[in-house]
Amino acid sequence: MAKRPSNRVLQALHLCMVRIRCFEEAAGKMMENGKIPGALHLYVGQEAVAAGIMQHLSDEDQIASTHRGHGHLVAKGGDFKPMFAELYGRATGYCKGKGGSMHISNMEVGMLGANGIVGGGPPIAMGAAFSNKFRKTKNVAIAFFGDGASNEGSVHEAANMAALYKLPCIFVCENNGYGEYTSQANHQAVQDVADRAAGYGMPGVVVDGMDVIAVYEAAGEAIERARKGDGPTLLECKTYRYFDHVGVRGMGLSYRSDEELESWKKRDAINTFEKSLVDFEIVTQKKIDAVYKKVNSEIEKAIEFAEQSPYPDPSALLDNVYSEEGA
Amino acid sequence: MPEAENQERTLTYVASINEGVREVLLEQDNAFVAGEDVAQAGGVFGHYGGLLAEFGPERIIDTPISEKALFGLGVGASATGCRPIIDLMFMDFMGVCMDEIANQMAKMRFMFGGGATLPVTVLTMSGGGMSMAAQHSQCLEAWLAHLPGLKVLMPTDAHDAKGMIIAAARDDNPVFVILNKASLGRKAAVPEGAYEVKIGKAKVVREGSNFTIVTIGSMVYEALVAADQLADSGLDVEVIDVRSIQPFDSETVIDSIKKTHRGLVAHEAVQFGGLGGEIVAQIQEQAFDYLDAPIARIGAPFCPVPFSPPLEKVYLPNAEDIVSKIKGTLGI
Repeated sequence: MAKRPSNRVLQALHLCMVRIRCFEEAAGKMMENGKIPGALHLYVGQEAVAAGIMQHLSDEDQIASTHRGHGHLVAKGGDFKPMFAELYGRATGYCKGKGGSMHISNMEVGMLGANGIVGGGPPIAMGAAFSNKFRKTKNVAIAFFGDGASNEGSVHEAANMAALYKLPCIFVCENNGYGEYTSQANHQAVQDVADRAAGYGMPGVVVDGMDVIAVYEAAGEAIERARKGDGPTLLECKTYRYFDHVGVRGMGLSYRSDEELESWKKRDAINTFEKSLVDFEIVTQKKIDAVYKKVNSEIEKAIEFAEQSPYPDPSALLDNVYSEEGA
Repeated sequence: MPEAENQERTLTYVASINEGVREVLLEQDNAFVAGEDVAQAGGVFGHYGGLLAEFGPERIIDTPISEKALFGLGVGASATGCRPIIDLMFMDFMGVCMDEIANQMAKMRFMFGGGATLPVTVLTMSGGGMSMAAQHSQCLEAWLAHLPGLKVLMPTDAHDAKGMIIAAARDDNPVFVILNKASLGRKAAVPEGAYEVKIGKAKVVREGSNFTIVTIGSMVYEALVAADQLADSGLDVEVIDVRSIQPFDSETVIDSIKKTHRGLVAHEAVQFGGLGGEIVAQIQEQAFDYLDAPIARIGAPFCPVPFSPPLEKVYLPNAEDIVSKIKGTLGI
């Protein structure tokens, strides 16, 4: 049995979730203000998943993310300044303004990219896990995907191969109940994506994705198993996306009810966790308020940095198509 | 001159592929071969034979028949410190894994602003002539050449196959080496040890003064036969083997056209939308004033590759087609 997380870990989990939520809310606002071009797929509501998993990882462990990838990068150690700069399309962004929200990445912290293709990440994470094993490291790779992506062939192929080779790969299904605008009931016959794990020959675990401790503990077991060389796990986290597939609108959507949204918000991962932290006298409300203040001030500075950063020079257009280096 | 012949070792295309891959594995500790039936079976054409015994199952890896996962393996492993050689048994199977090729492998470096480097080599087999029908015979190089981020090579003979595999594996980009079935049993002089055939450089395989055939892959053989036949009609034909599709060596082609003033582009791929159109466009853009005749094109007709041998024979462009096309264009 996993031992109770230390206070240090509890506070780190909290900080991580707050960082994600504040980042996403600010990014959504800036998109609505017309400051950020293109489409944003926001992670608000799902913070416990990224926080609970990434707490176990180092920069040398890799993740392959989804189109809803900002939260993953924040949790993996992404810095707000180059993140906002990337969303703004500026030269100082993580991808020099060439990727944007859907391709945001930072190899330095092992973040192998958000991905514009649903189901695009798992084969890449599996490849990174193969590399970890081939290079005889103890690192793991996390394949993030949603319930929608669980119907993509790429996910099945990657899961089968990872199980066959006993790769240090954890398949994390963030089941937020919707594949884009289609409910899970309308896109697959199973209720638990984790049921499919048996077909791949790996353990399947269902966990409450609104409970950061539950995610942290389940992920800890799966990651430890992978590091020991015992192969992959399919970890399904039941969660919910507060906003629309794209953008910030949450209420009044044609394909889901406001009541459903409200019922999930009652179990909000951050609120419930904060209540526990205070109830068990791990932190005070004052301390929690200070966390928000610090994070929001960092975000303000990051937005300022992004807005003052230059756009990429037109001469940079053809850069980075190829590497000029040899072996 | 038996002694001179002894010095110049010849190998089949199949054996040269094997040697090229072997040299890479000897040279690069972080290189491995992954693909369907590459290990125990040694590849469907035997081109990986013996490698499992020499390098072991950690480096010569049979994969499930899962092309999407196979290419994901290539992307993820190359981005994190390995130099994979991915074998796609037949290039027709790209349809299964085109997302991993086009949206992940080709674009990752650019999308990440240069943050990722993908030193991955893909070996695959193209072309007809073996009655393998519509899904095992295609030449789809144009699909790949259209994707910024990929390099695409088409070695025609055994010498270039080995040298291009080594060059591809030493390159820090995703490089496709498209092998062709028409060459499998053909021999050419192949040096021992490691050598590179430079990426991005075409080869003049036959020098000539008053007509240029620009050609790719298996059509090189047909072009050489056609060139001999055309000598009787007063044409001194230069034949260029493009070899490197992306990057494309327009300089060699343009220089030749400026010298000969007339030309034809020939490839086995379907003519419509094939690389021939791109090459003709480059010639008219860069050498219009030098042309004495329209640049002609030869490619497969606009239909899938047929199974029945007589039909496939009609389908595949050959030396006769090239000769008659050239004579028709020049009115001779």
